[in-house]
Amino acid sequence: MAVKVITPGLATSVQDLGRPGYYHVGIPEGGGMDRFATRIANLLVGNEPREAILEATFLGPELEFTAPAVVAVTGGELPPKVNGDERPTWESFSVKAGDRLSFGYLKSGARAYIAISGGIDVPVVLGSRTTYVLGALGGFEGRVLKAGDEIPVGTGTGTPGRSLPAELRGAGPSSVELRMLPGIYWHRITEAAGKRFFEDTWKVAPEADRIGYRFKGGTPLEFVAREQPFGAGSDPSNIVDACYPYGSVQVPSGTEPIVLHRDAVSGGGYMMLGVVISADMDRIAQLQPHTPAQFVPVTLEQALAARADRRTMLAKAEDYLTA
Amino acid sequence: MSIRFNFGGDEHIFGEVSEDMSLASFFTGLSMINAVRTAGIRGVTETCPANASFQIRFDPDVIAPQDLLKELQSMEDAASKSDATLKTRIIELPVYFQDPWTHETEMRFRERHQDPSATDLEYSARINGYATIEEFIAAYSGQPWFVSMVGFVAGLPWLYQMVERKKQIEAPKYLRPRTDTPKLTVGHGGCFAAIYSVRGAGGYQMYGVTPAPIYDPTRKVRYLTEDMALFKPGDIVKFKAINRDEYDATLEEIDANRWQPTVRDCSFSLTEFNRDMLGTNTNLMELLNGR
Repeated sequence: MAVKVITPGLATSVQDLGRPGYYHVGIPEGGGMDRFATRIANLLVGNEPREAILEATFLGPELEFTAPAVVAVTGGELPPKVNGDERPTWESFSVKAGDRLSFGYLKSGARAYIAISGGIDVPVVLGSRTTYVLGALGGFEGRVLKAGDEIPVGTGTGTPGRSLPAELRGAGPSSVELRMLPGIYWHRITEAAGKRFFEDTWKVAPEADRIGYRFKGGTPLEFVAREQPFGAGSDPSNIVDACYPYGSVQVPSGTEPIVLHRDAVSGGGYMMLGVVISADMDRIAQLQPHTPAQFVPVTLEQALAARADRRTMLAKAEDYLTA
Repeated sequence: MSIRFNFGGDEHIFGEVSEDMSLASFFTGLSMINAVRTAGIRGVTETCPANASFQIRFDPDVIAPQDLLKELQSMEDAASKSDATLKTRIIELPVYFQDPWTHETEMRFRERHQDPSATDLEYSARINGYATIEEFIAAYSGQPWFVSMVGFVAGLPWLYQMVERKKQIEAPKYLRPRTDTPKLTVGHGGCFAAIYSVRGAGGYQMYGVTPAPIYDPTRKVRYLTEDMALFKPGDIVKFKAINRDEYDATLEEIDANRWQPTVRDCSFSLTEFNRDMLGTNTNLMELLNGR
């Protein structure tokens, strides 16, 4: 069976839980930016959590089904419609052959996850169906969807009417705190600059995608004076090109922080102030441009506690759906 | 030399061998990565060598961050004392310098450059003390380069020229990054050359293009059927300057999937290299000529 792409949306791509293991050759792990929503969408339609889904950004696609299927939409509030009739989010519903799935305007969040029973059945490349657009790898022909595409879908056994209660979906605050472990090249900025970095309210810039999220509006950083090391380049924010962790916060020229996300560039020559903790990566995926955000320093112990909380939350939701 | 370790959030450990670039630092980083790979530590999910640093990714649900840090620290002594020899290979890569495509691209982004009145090659030749572009290109393609890191995007190599520090070519990155760089551009930033494996944004000075694909996600290019990326850290690369006719002829061979780069196995010893750089390089380059 297949779904036909009538309109593709803004940037809709095939994603799953990612392709770890190739970062050393510059291929990022990718996968749904909001891992929680990716897993739950799959479970709602009776798939394994790691099946491939469609990730839609800001604007949903319009799809036509060639066979009956069960569908669920999670993540940002992007209301699904079947032949024009609205369906709930976070709840599975059925579609018949010839039905059209479209979407209303995004009400909150930034990305929706569309799971179809049986999973999107594109070829597995390097262990994953995830699309890495920059490297034209995996997914559907290594790119975002276009009108006219026919996306293969596997055979599944989903049932309609399964839903995840609101209290199990995780919170989505409009003003956002991004917890971060300071480090790596934190020592390159002055104490006063470090203090201001955490005090300032930043805003998500329009340049925010799967590679990274840029933030604007805070105070430019003041660097500790030094003679630049050989090979680093002349700007005080330059370092000898190094690896970039997922979630790392780089600040080119000290002006606008960029938080690298699932399709991160794997390395480069800009100093990093630290790394946003794993528990807050999903949250970044749901930030719209202009959303105010604040970076909050945490210790490694706090980061691990937040990670454990996040895991508990996911386990509760998964237990509810698989019980 | 003592490695500066730091946690990158709850899933990464970052190790900086030195702030400045040197082959000795690269080798220490690579030895660390090889030691971690050999040890097969449970919970380690990614091992990435870089120019003068490295990064380990791990699952803190499997191994406690502090335990992994202790294991890494216990490997440090052996890594910094390792004899820095490599079984590797030398690859000859044709490059068409002063090509029309990077020229057209740099003209579109002139206002983002340090010297809008000069080309990237004119500017780089001047600030590195070369009287002409031809002399600059001769220096660029006359001595081999070491692949000291792969990444940024899929298969992109960073290259460090195998000459003494005072002969190293240095150039700043663009004042503001370009939004476009032709595919397979040979560029330069800091002391590093890079080959852009795919078209996209970039901030390095642009000098030329190679006709040879270095990354093929479809694995159809005959020399990229096994590994989709040509370069690995530790590879040695010699640029061969070619003209337009040679570029077109090579491209025709590549399109017919008949072409492959000249590659020779070799060994490299850092001690030997430091004792006689030009002699070591001459021996390496002779391998390419079949001698």
